[in-house]
Amino acid sequence: MNELALAVPWLGKRNPLAARWLVIAIAIGAPIVAMMFGRTWVRVLDFALLYILLALGLNLVVGFAGLLDLGYIAFYAVGAYTAAFLASPHFDVHLPIWIVLPLAACFAATAGITLGFPVLRLRGDYLAIVTLGFGEIVRIFMNNLNYPINITNGPQGINSLDPIMLFGWDLSRNIQVTEDLAINSLFLYYYFFLACVVGSIIFIQRLQISRVGRAWAAMRDDELAAKAIGINTRNMKLLAFSLGATFGGVSGVLFGTFQGFVSPESFSLMESIAVLTMVVFGGMGNVAGAIVGAIILSALPEILRHLAVPVQNALFGHVLLDPEVLRMLLLSLAMILMMLLRPSGLIPANAKYSHIRYLKAKGVTE
Amino acid sequence: MITLLEARNIGKRFGGLQALSDVSLTIRKGEVYGLIGPNGAGKTTFFNVLTGAYTPDGGEFVFNGAPLPSGKPHLVVAQGIARTFQNIRLFRELSALENVMAGHHIRTTANVWGILTQNKHTVEEERLTTERAYELLKYVGIERFATATAKNLSYGDQRRLEIARALATEPQLLALDEPAAGMNATETVQLKNLIEQIRGDGITVLLIEHDVKLVMGLCDRVAVLDFGRKIAEDVPAEVQKNDAVIGAYLGGGQKNAH
Repeated sequence: MNELALAVPWLGKRNPLAARWLVIAIAIGAPIVAMMFGRTWVRVLDFALLYILLALGLNLVVGFAGLLDLGYIAFYAVGAYTAAFLASPHFDVHLPIWIVLPLAACFAATAGITLGFPVLRLRGDYLAIVTLGFGEIVRIFMNNLNYPINITNGPQGINSLDPIMLFGWDLSRNIQVTEDLAINSLFLYYYFFLACVVGSIIFIQRLQISRVGRAWAAMRDDELAAKAIGINTRNMKLLAFSLGATFGGVSGVLFGTFQGFVSPESFSLMESIAVLTMVVFGGMGNVAGAIVGAIILSALPEILRHLAVPVQNALFGHVLLDPEVLRMLLLSLAMILMMLLRPSGLIPANAKYSHIRYLKAKGVTE
Repeated sequence: MITLLEARNIGKRFGGLQALSDVSLTIRKGEVYGLIGPNGAGKTTFFNVLTGAYTPDGGEFVFNGAPLPSGKPHLVVAQGIARTFQNIRLFRELSALENVMAGHHIRTTANVWGILTQNKHTVEEERLTTERAYELLKYVGIERFATATAKNLSYGDQRRLEIARALATEPQLLALDEPAAGMNATETVQLKNLIEQIRGDGITVLLIEHDVKLVMGLCDRVAVLDFGRKIAEDVPAEVQKNDAVIGAYLGGGQKNAH
């Protein structure tokens, strides 16, 4: 959370503690504020959290380990379909979330290693092309595995996934506190997702400043030198792929159970690119960057969708540009501007993230 | 004298070019062993074969009495051979301290589970790694730049950092590929002192170098490569007088090689 607090404009540098509390307050209060504008906005926030989880996982692969992965959404699909197979009327299996989640994580990690092995020697553009193909293969499988044996139900997707049950609480039902006051199910999902995100952040930050994180960074900066100091680059790459995929798988389960419905069209190449854009936009190799990128790029299109039509009607009397078109236009514009003004993302990665305190104790100053 | 590394008939061919043919040499524990030769003689190829970056076509290395795995750099490092590069290869975006800490990777064992739970072993290991890395920065004399990003260090300091990173792997044999290249006279003297100090601490040094003064002043024994063959191996004073060596350097050409 420190990194995120430091990223708060103005306050972050002057009063990190206050910034920290501000971040926590925003995280907790956001859905309540959003509710004032309507349920849709809480839903937008829920999805933003799912995208954060995806961006964090992809950032681990692309930002930390330097492996450009354009098929990341495949792991999201693996997670979502695992949930659909193991907790829905489709096969009439109804396993609780505590079993589905780790299983999906394992499957996604296995998928990550499966992808990792053949691409060990590739890097850069070549790696991107192969991973892109992998993503499409998974989607096409999901799309076509309804014949001769119906496994994935094809393009129709799988319906009515079991909602998440936490200690007997059904997250998809509103909780009736008093007669007039009910806690909306969207809130329950929000806080559950938030807990998952916070857990992931802690894990990823620990990884980043660990032996493993350093090995990844070393491999990213200079693979030959990394080998020369004894880093087993094969294992480290596979670890990055599988851990990154795990996050994708977990968020896939959350996505599937939250939506109650999975279909192959949710896992298109555009989604992979969207998540990658979030990571690049926010700042590669940086937890705070991935989070901010995911929030902005997942919420902005929704805001646009609600504003574009009324604003254009007020200004021109009729709708000139479809919100969907406008969205792509603004997104590309944002990317171009960012490349020109902040080429390393909104919050550039900082190499000196670790051990500053230790060095201060030793009396070292910069 | 105990033999630390023995190269037995090492051969390496790139297409039509025989980069190394039948190179055999013996490095004794505790010495500074120089490997010299004109450009393209195969010195760096020898390094790359030794450290596992290339697989030799023939021959083998025996290190501490056991054959060295070929083509697996990380296993070679684990055995106790560390190297630096002719053109500096640091982890540019990491701080100086983190570069050295990364060098300690092979001697540490923390796994993902330990990192997730921050168990005692992981925390203690991380603390030791940091401490040791800082000591090594001090050892090579650049501890004041510990938190500076590696790419921002001066050329000489980058060379030192690379040596510190190699030392972090706790090697018995440190292989330096032209460490004095591009250094000015003062920096070269400092480097010489550093290598003396490393030898004093019981680490054997294999040195590729063009700076003849440095090689002659520093090395206990020198081998000369020319066109992938070893043409001489002796103490520096003798090598300087060797006809084949003079021929190789001054252009006597093939007729003097044997």
